[in-house]
Amino acid sequence: MGSALPEIDVQRQRQVAQALRAFLPERCVLWAQEDTQPYECDGLTAYRRVPMVVALPETDEQVQRILRTCNALGVPVVPRGAGTGLSGGALPPGDGVLLSLAKFMRVLRIDPLARTAVVQPGVRNAAISDVVAPYGLYYAPDPSSQIACSIGGNVAENSGGVHCLKYGLTVHNVLRVRGYTIEGEAVDFGSEALDSAGYDLLALAIGSEGLLAVTTEVTVKLLPKPEAARVIMASFDDVEKAGDAVAAVIAAGIVPAGLEMMDKPATAAVEQFVRAGYDLDAAAILLCESDGMAAEVEDEIARMKEVLAAAGATRLAVSRDEAERLRFWSGRKAAFPAVGRISPDYYCMDGTIPKKRLGEVLIFIGAMEKKYGLRCPNVFHAGDGNLHPLILFDANDPDQLRRTEAFAAEVLEKCVEVGGTITGEHGVGVEKIDQMCVQFGAAELETFHAIKHAFDAKGLLNPGKAVPALARCAEFGRRHVNAGQLGQPGLPRF
Amino acid sequence: MSLEKLQEQLREAAGRGAALCIRGSGSKDFYGNAPRGDILDTRAHAGVVDYEPTELVMTARCGTLLADIQEILGAKKQMLAFEPPHFGAGATLGGCVAAGLSGPRRASAGSVRDAMLGAKILDGRGQLLAFGGQVMKNVAGYDVSRLLAGSLGTLGVILEVSLKLLPRPPEERTLKFELPQAKALEILNRWAGQPLPVSASAWRDGELSLRLSGAASAVRAAAQKLGGQAVAQDEAARFWEGVREQSAPFFAGDAPLWRLSLPSQAPALELPGEQMLEWGGALRWLRSSAEAQTVRAAAAQAGGHATLFRAAQKSQGAFAPLSPVLARLHRDLKRAFDPAGILNPGRMYPEF
Repeated sequence: MGSALPEIDVQRQRQVAQALRAFLPERCVLWAQEDTQPYECDGLTAYRRVPMVVALPETDEQVQRILRTCNALGVPVVPRGAGTGLSGGALPPGDGVLLSLAKFMRVLRIDPLARTAVVQPGVRNAAISDVVAPYGLYYAPDPSSQIACSIGGNVAENSGGVHCLKYGLTVHNVLRVRGYTIEGEAVDFGSEALDSAGYDLLALAIGSEGLLAVTTEVTVKLLPKPEAARVIMASFDDVEKAGDAVAAVIAAGIVPAGLEMMDKPATAAVEQFVRAGYDLDAAAILLCESDGMAAEVEDEIARMKEVLAAAGATRLAVSRDEAERLRFWSGRKAAFPAVGRISPDYYCMDGTIPKKRLGEVLIFIGAMEKKYGLRCPNVFHAGDGNLHPLILFDANDPDQLRRTEAFAAEVLEKCVEVGGTITGEHGVGVEKIDQMCVQFGAAELETFHAIKHAFDAKGLLNPGKAVPALARCAEFGRRHVNAGQLGQPGLPRF
Repeated sequence: MSLEKLQEQLREAAGRGAALCIRGSGSKDFYGNAPRGDILDTRAHAGVVDYEPTELVMTARCGTLLADIQEILGAKKQMLAFEPPHFGAGATLGGCVAAGLSGPRRASAGSVRDAMLGAKILDGRGQLLAFGGQVMKNVAGYDVSRLLAGSLGTLGVILEVSLKLLPRPPEERTLKFELPQAKALEILNRWAGQPLPVSASAWRDGELSLRLSGAASAVRAAAQKLGGQAVAQDEAARFWEGVREQSAPFFAGDAPLWRLSLPSQAPALELPGEQMLEWGGALRWLRSSAEAQTVRAAAAQAGGHATLFRAAQKSQGAFAPLSPVLARLHRDLKRAFDPAGILNPGRMYPEF
């Protein structure tokens, strides 16, 4: 993990800043350390680096010229939205330009009949739903950070949320992404129709962590607000039973609008922070939501209650009104900050596993808590298998930090071993770049590099993120085997 | 056929720079530009690898018959949400993904690409590559699995795919309305903005058919709200099959068939020939001998694109031309996966 020691090449800094100032007003270029320091990290604060220069363009044309200038000078460019990312995807380049899209905050067009909105990348996720609410519409993906995170960042990370089992991820809810390649060429991925000619470059661009192009405009799909929504809070005296209940709901042919699990340490932390009304005696609680037409919601809630009761729920509470529904959810959405209050620091993991392996993985996490002497509450997008174990630690204690990293690495590798993945929605960034060597073989990584090369031959856009160099994996493999902790050569890679 | 044999055939062809035509049953030979090259038959690489109904995921090999998959899923009351057209009894899963064609449910439940979770492929060098996985959420690495949907086999031999499934709706009901095209377009867009369980729509010759799917209570409530004339279940099933498989009378005859993908609210197009609408207005079928340029210009003007779907000759190209930047990206991506240019060359665009 990096420190903030400035190692800036002053001459280069002056050259780049001057080149940008040739067409950008003073307020759009920062290089004095007191101005650039706030950009030293994103939501993953363990990694910090002060950028050489920060550019804050205000127009598309300025973005294009910044990219052309950097491309010509061979300067790395790291795009940044709201800076809420949890994998260090916006960690700045010490020798390059941090390109902040924070000033791209306008909603350009709303078409209620077509159910689309065209927005700039700096528009906050929740702001889209707010602005289209008068039309009875909303934007479905709702990452927990939705009040702060921007749509441009959502596109870069393919963000999910608590409702994505039913309504999909960013990739399912965006029609078109407009932007520029590192060479400053304008590109349109997707269109306002449901598909486009040629390869599905939109699918490739979404979740590409800012490595392929810089987004300047996003056309999102809007959905009609459901007529009704209710959520069941179900208590279980055993975490595995709660996991089986999730499978039972799906087996009953129901796709809940949201299906979330929290274990006892997580609910305890949350309840102190926001009084959500959670059952603190339960080993785990499930939040199970139904939405749709009013009659349908009543039916589905009744069926889900039956299934959950049969699966051994010890207590069932159904939200009686919208205020109570939001209160049940408030605890889940506040889980990360709540955990932040009971520990100096926490480290959030993002592995995804096949749901049937949940019990096994939770037992494994329990064993790791003992092994490393660190606590780890769990919140879990149960419906889609996405785990967010939160390791509690104190970053001021170097040994705790080291143990945390080793703990996290073991859990992610366990996720791969059971047929899952190292990241469900937070991205690889710098944080999980070594685990990419576990997830993929050399041939796949080479293919990723070849894809990157097609878009950015000089490798200037967000370098060092998301896809590890093969040499790094070779080095990681050596360290790994030498550490004698892991060594799972037979890991399935699929 | 064993994996090794497929790899061997690929390496041998790559060595000679000889074109390969990747093919299952050939049910979609008509689609895209004309296939050429030696056949690489995928049908022997078949079978369901993993199916766990509670995970809503199936993994199957490319040669598996779509019909078999649907039967297996049906037994567990699940389905492929994108309702793929088969275009022949022998249609395989590999062809379905490579063509990337979705059926009537697409506008409400997503496309082939939306359901893709993971894939194993052989690239143009014969390397076995695995992308994605069997879980709903996965952002490790570029999303190559989804890129494969609709790539017409030009990026790799799709060996195995994992797809997200949905439960089959317990209740379906089809309603009919008498409406001119402009009115149908308007009302379809308005309905789509309301929380109604619409799962398919088709307009043809003054008649709009609307399918509702979901919980019995939702379907009942929606039907009551919308009115229209109820269609008998078996007649409705035949009707939607006719739309999906293009066996409906609209698709008979020799006039070129265009597929126009447009923003759903785009006004009725003034083009010579007969039209049929699907997907709430986002898909428009056109039987017309109009010049390719005319059709493509009209589609582009409306914010979409036009594909020459079925025609005796496709000298103007099956697919809408790409902008220079996108064309370059396509060529470079193609080269990344298939440096020798042997996989279905020309099937998508003549230059690769």
